[in-house]
Amino acid sequence: MSAVRWVFRSFFDLLEKWLGRIFPPEWNPMLNLGALGFFFYWIITISGIYIYIFFDTGVNNAYQSIEYMTHEQWYLAGIMRSFHRYASDLLVVVMMIHMLREFGRDRYRGVRWFSWLTGVPVVAMVFVAGISGYWLVWDKLAQYVAIASTEWLDLLPIFGEPIARNFLSPDALESRFFTLMIFMHIAIPLIALAFLWIHLQRVTKPRINPPRGLAISVFLMLLALSLIHPALSQPPANLAEVPGDIGLDWFYLSLFPLMETLPGSITWGMTLCFVVILFAMPWLPPLKRAEAAVVHLDNCNGCARCFHDCPYGAIELIARTDGMAFEREPIVDAEKCVACGLCAGSCPTSIPFRRMSDLLPGIDLPDRTIASLRDQTEAIGEQLSGSNRIMVFNCDHGPNLAKIKSDSIGVVSLACVGQLPPSFIDYVISRDLADGVMLTGCLENSCDARFGIEWIKQRIARQRDPHLRNRVPRERLKTSWVGATGGSKLRKALEAFSKELSRMQPNTRTSSNRTSPKTKIGQNEGESDA
Amino acid sequence: MHKLLQYIGQIICFALIAIFIGYFSNRPVYHQFPEGKAQIKLAFAHGAAREIDCRRLTSKEIAKLPPNKRRPNNCSRERIPIHIQLTIDGEMIYDDLLIATGLSNDGPGRAYQKITVSAGEHIINVRLRDSKRESGFDYETTRQLTLKAHQNLAIDFKADTGGFLFR
Repeated sequence: MSAVRWVFRSFFDLLEKWLGRIFPPEWNPMLNLGALGFFFYWIITISGIYIYIFFDTGVNNAYQSIEYMTHEQWYLAGIMRSFHRYASDLLVVVMMIHMLREFGRDRYRGVRWFSWLTGVPVVAMVFVAGISGYWLVWDKLAQYVAIASTEWLDLLPIFGEPIARNFLSPDALESRFFTLMIFMHIAIPLIALAFLWIHLQRVTKPRINPPRGLAISVFLMLLALSLIHPALSQPPANLAEVPGDIGLDWFYLSLFPLMETLPGSITWGMTLCFVVILFAMPWLPPLKRAEAAVVHLDNCNGCARCFHDCPYGAIELIARTDGMAFEREPIVDAEKCVACGLCAGSCPTSIPFRRMSDLLPGIDLPDRTIASLRDQTEAIGEQLSGSNRIMVFNCDHGPNLAKIKSDSIGVVSLACVGQLPPSFIDYVISRDLADGVMLTGCLENSCDARFGIEWIKQRIARQRDPHLRNRVPRERLKTSWVGATGGSKLRKALEAFSKELSRMQPNTRTSSNRTSPKTKIGQNEGESDA
Repeated sequence: MHKLLQYIGQIICFALIAIFIGYFSNRPVYHQFPEGKAQIKLAFAHGAAREIDCRRLTSKEIAKLPPNKRRPNNCSRERIPIHIQLTIDGEMIYDDLLIATGLSNDGPGRAYQKITVSAGEHIINVRLRDSKRESGFDYETTRQLTLKAHQNLAIDFKADTGGFLFR
């Protein structure tokens, strides 16, 4: 399974990088799949409402009413119809890419099972809604879709009378049956919307709107497509004839030819297996979960930064329970915590300079404590040599840096780059553990923990607490968001950074002799500038 | 990358997406039915005779029943299978026993068969047995028809209108 994931991840990372070259980072369609899905949903809804005004729900006049919209009122209803069709197709495309991308990035197991599980029914509902929509046009395609899908349903031994008999001959079909299809076509998307709301319940600050520029571009693309290649009906349905050549919408109907070719038992068996596997995937195999973040109340002042920075709403604030003179305290819901460490990175007590007391932040990851991070940073820093030493902070989802390590390049691993308190950068430079710091990890705007890169960038820019101190020479800090497959790009960035460092004046903020940081410390330096 | 090149790249990207969506939304064409052929669709749902014939209850038997369950007849739920045969131009195309649907086999027997034939003249014979007779059929119809290419000939069955309906 991990090999399959790797293939998908590599492919989507490449696509993301390629699109990243032509789109501004916030516009990259690969990073807005969910938001684009919502955007298409709203386009489908609005265009659907307009079409419904002119749509005749009787089986005899449905086709004519759509023809009227397409040809007589092409400038509005016709365009709306095309929007309805093409936005539905695009919805399927972004939905499937979104699903495969989350699979490739292993964001469907562990505590993320909830989002996966609630997303699977939405996929099914989008397909059912789309297929039922094709019935309503009542052209030859509709005839084919209606008969093929009811014949397939009739294979289940639950219907007393074959549903497909409704399409036996022209006089067999009643408008009442047609009205039922319209009800389905409207009700299912509404249910899907309810599921989407549930789907996002464990995600804080979900992006459900694409950036305005991207939305306008996509809208213009749809408009151009609708004008150049409007959605048209095929010849009207005639149950006295068997349609020969059908222009299928392959986004929704690609499995229909298979349904006709293979025996019903096989297609139903395959469908059931596929559905069961989809639902079971978060546990195939289950993710080995890191321990959830833990609150150390003795060091917590209830500042709520961890609450605001948690990307999965795993932290809640409750009234203080330990009698300290603070109003609130955070509590961690282990079922929601992905152990990304963003909370520890946001904690004002995660200060590596602290020596008078143990380095125990108000909130921390038991498996990867801030104290162990400091120990690791010091140990690696002490081993670096040369005049252009670089300390690389890399997240678990970033590139494999085993081959990049050298005498002058040390690598510290983090759960997420957002786990790094900015004071660590100050610590590395001021304690002369390295001449420069490089932060790397996921692709920009594609952080595995959603906000890790965004938060660290804001902290460095002093826009988000805790701030990186002004005294840190910014030229000695670089970032390179290259993703898991960006090892070679990072290597080039490090080479360039190394050359820059060698051209710089020696760091005046450090002592000239490189002694162990522990021998130079006598105070809790750095705690006041957060 | 230069801004202008970025804009051009975006336009090309959106154009490719539009072409991809526009094309696959109704192309390539799917040839779902062969040229020069017609289709005969035999489809019906019909309840056959009951396995045990209904028996009129005597007035004593009716009186023994609780007032809300009193009925004139005592009938078994189970129905016998329907025997159906379809021959086209003298060749047996479909011969089946349709088991009554339902958990207690008390529902109708169902048939849904699609047969592709060459367009042209055909002699179609269809017969059905829904009673307990041991030989022969209760309903039988023979038609000589000329089917056009892509014609869909529906053969339905409704006992109360006399048997098979060719539509």
